[in-house]
Amino acid sequence: MYQLTGVTKSYSQTKRTVTALKDVDLTIADGELVMIQGPTGGGKSTLLQLLGALDRPTSGSVMLGDADLAKQDDRKLGELRASEIGFVFQGFNLIPTLTAQENVETALEPLKVSGPERIRRAREALESVGLADRATHLPSELSGGQQQRVAIARALVKEPRVLLADEPTGNLDEQTRDEIMDLLEGLWRDRGLTLIVVTHDSEVARRSPRRLRIKNGTVAER
Amino acid sequence: MFATYLRRELLGRKRQTLIIAIGMALAIALVIVVNAVAAGVQSAQASVLQSVYGVGTDITVTEAAAAPADGQAPGQRFDFGAADGTTTDGTTAVSSSRLEAGRGTTTFDAAAVSTASGVDGVSNAVGVLSLTNTTFDGQIPGGAQGQQGGAPTDAGTGTGTGTTDGTTDGTPPTGGPDGAGGSAFNLDSFTVLGYDPAADALGPLTAVSLTDGRALTADDAGTDNAILDSDYATSSDLAVGDTFDIAGTTFTVVGIVTSTSADGASASNVYIPLDVAQTLSGLDGQISSVYVQAASSDSIDAIKADLETALPDNTVNTQADLASSVSGSLSSASTLVSNLGTWLSILVLVAAFLVAILFTISGVTRRTREFGTLKALGWSNRRIVGQVAGESLVQGAIGGALGVALGLIGILVVNLIAPTIGASTTSVQAAGPGGPGGGRFGAVASAAASADVTLQLPFTFAIIGIAVGLAVLGGLLAGAFGGWRAARLRPAAAFRSVN
Ligand SMILES: Nc1ncnc2c1ncn2[C@@H]1O[C@H](COP(=O)(O)OP(=O)(O)OP(=O)(O)O)[C@@H](O)[C@H]1O
Ligand SMILES: [Mg+2]
Repeated sequence: MYQLTGVTKSYSQTKRTVTALKDVDLTIADGELVMIQGPTGGGKSTLLQLLGALDRPTSGSVMLGDADLAKQDDRKLGELRASEIGFVFQGFNLIPTLTAQENVETALEPLKVSGPERIRRAREALESVGLADRATHLPSELSGGQQQRVAIARALVKEPRVLLADEPTGNLDEQTRDEIMDLLEGLWRDRGLTLIVVTHDSEVARRSPRRLRIKNGTVAER
Repeated sequence: MFATYLRRELLGRKRQTLIIAIGMALAIALVIVVNAVAAGVQSAQASVLQSVYGVGTDITVTEAAAAPADGQAPGQRFDFGAADGTTTDGTTAVSSSRLEAGRGTTTFDAAAVSTASGVDGVSNAVGVLSLTNTTFDGQIPGGAQGQQGGAPTDAGTGTGTGTTDGTTDGTPPTGGPDGAGGSAFNLDSFTVLGYDPAADALGPLTAVSLTDGRALTADDAGTDNAILDSDYATSSDLAVGDTFDIAGTTFTVVGIVTSTSADGASASNVYIPLDVAQTLSGLDGQISSVYVQAASSDSIDAIKADLETALPDNTVNTQADLASSVSGSLSSASTLVSNLGTWLSILVLVAAFLVAILFTISGVTRRTREFGTLKALGWSNRRIVGQVAGESLVQGAIGGALGVALGLIGILVVNLIAPTIGASTTSVQAAGPGGPGGGRFGAVASAAASADVTLQLPFTFAIIGIAVGLAVLGGLLAGAFGGWRAARLRPAAAFRSVN
C-alpha cells in the first residue's frame, strides 16, 4: 500500500526551519491496521498529512500504490484524496450548517455521483455507523460520539482504500472511545481497509499488533 | 449540493448575512433616493423652464442688454404735463400707462427670426416681444397746501416718491382729498407678450391651454384682442368679453389660458398679437426673443454654433444653458443633490462594499478548518471559491432587493410629503443692469416666472437596474476577496485543532 523512502518534511518559517520528519523509511501493507503513538510535536500529524496526500514531503518519496505522492500536482492529489483516502479527525470537522446526511454527501461531491445515488449512498453510510435516525440533525444537535460516527460515515461513503484517523477518540469519554474504536475496527475487518490511527491512548494502541512510535521526527517500530 | 450548502450557510449564519445585506441595502437605497431626487429636481427645473420658454423649444435667441446711458432709464419715469390730470377739490388725479420692453429685456430686429429659420437643422423659429405694461396713477393735493414731496400741479415732472405698492392687483389709490394733504400713488404693472398668432405654435404659449373663449388666430393680427392668463384674469376680475387697458388702448379679452406646467407658473399675464404689441410699445419691427426648435435633438449644439455665427450680436441659449438660470432654493437643491448626494452615496457605497469584503474575508478565516476539511475531501479550489462567491453574491442580491424596497419606500415618503421648493427663473436676458432708477421699483415684476414647485421623485426601472447591478458588483467583489482567501488555504488546515 504505502512505501516511504527517505521522507523528510520541514516547515520553513521566517526565522527558523522546523523539521517535523527526518529521513523516514516506512512500509505499510494493504489491509494493515497501524497505530501511531508518540509525544506531542513528534510529527504524527505531519506523517498522516503526507500519507493522506494533503501535503508533499520536502524530500524523499511517498508511494501510494504506483503513484509517488511527492511528485503529483495539487489537482491530482485532490483527486486521489477524493477517491482513495478517508479522514477522521480529533475535532470531527463536520460542516456546522449542514445536516448529518448532507455532511456525508460532501464526500461524494467531487466524485460526480448523481443526486439520487449520492443520497442513497450517504443514507447507507449513516446506517452502517448506526445513525440512520439522525440524518436530518445538525452537528450541534448530536453528541460527540454521534458526530464522530457521522465523520466516519463521511470517510467511508466513498469506499476508500485507506482510512486515516488523527486521534479519533481524543475528544471522547472512555465508553464512547471504545464504541468508536470497535466501529473502526469492525469496518477495517469487514471492508479490507488499510487503517492508520494516531493516538495518545495506550488502551487504544493495544488493539493493534503493529504500533509505531514517532519522536523528534523519527519513526520506530515497537 | 451547491444550492443546499449555500442556503444552509446563509440561514445558518444569519447575522453575517444580515450585516452584509443591510449594509448593502442602505447604500443601494441611498443611491436610489439620491438619483430620484436628482431627477426630481431636474424635472422641476425643466417644468419651471417650460413655463417660460414653452414646450418643444430647444434654443432661445435673445440679446444681452447694454448698460443704458444715464437718463435713459426705461420705464421708471412718468411725466405729467399740466393737462394730464383732472383736478377736483384742489387735488389732481393723474394717470399714465405705458407699455415697454420688460425690465432687463433688450429688443432686436425681427429679421433674426428668418435668419434663425434659415440655419441648417432648424425646424421652426418664432419671435416674441416681451413687454411690461405699467400704469401709474395717483392723487396729488392742490398746490395751496404746499405739501413737500408732492409734485407740482403744473409743469415739472413728478417722480414717484410716494407709496408704491408694486402689486398687480390694481388696488385703488388710498389717502387723498381729505385735507390732510397726503399724496397717494399706485403703480400697477403686468406683463404682456406679443406673439404672432399666425406662426406655428412654439414658445411660451405651448405651455398653456385654453380654458375659456378662443385662441388668437391669424385674423387677430392688428386687432386689439387679448388672451389672459387665468391667474391674472382672476386677480384683475376680468372675463372673456371684458375690456381692459394696455397703454391707453382698450383691449377685449377673447380667451383665458391656464398654465399646463407642473408648477403652474406662466410666462406672461397677457398675450396680444405681435404687431399690435410692437406698435403700442413703439418697438416696430422689434422682438425680444426667438424660440427655435431643432429638427433633431442631436443637432442642438451644431445649431447653437451656427446661430451664434449668423446672429453675432445675440445670445444663444440651449435648454441646458437655461437650466442654470433657474435660481432659488430649487437651484440650491440641485447643487446640493449633485454634490453632497453624489459624494454621500459613493461614500456609503464604498463603506458597504468594504463591510461586505471584510466580513466575507473574516468569515472565510473563521471557516479555515471547514474549507481545509472540504479540500481534504477532494473538493477542488474552484468548487470552494464558487461556493464562497455564491454566498457573497446572494448576500449582495438580498441587500440589493432590500435596498430597492427601502429606496422605493424613500421615494414614496418624499412624494407623500411632497416638499415644496421655491424656484424662480429670471429670463436670461436680465443679465444687463436695470439702469438708473431701476432699483426704486425693483419689486415691480420683470419678465420672470416664480413658483413654488413641489418635488416629485420619479421612479425608473433604469435606476433599479443600476442598483441591482451595484449590489451584484458588491457581492462579486466580496466573493472575489473571500474566494481568493479560501483558495490559498492548505488542505492540511483540516488538521488544525481549533477553528
Ligand atoms: N504548518 C506548520 N508550520 C510550521 N510548523 C509546523 C506545522 N505543522 C507542524 N509543525 C511543526 O512540526 C512539528 C510536528 O508537528 P505535528 O503536528 O506533526 O506533531 P504531532 O506529533 O501531531 O503533535 P500532537 O501530538 O501535539 O498533535 C511540530 O514541531 C510542529 O510545531
Ligand atoms: Mg497532531
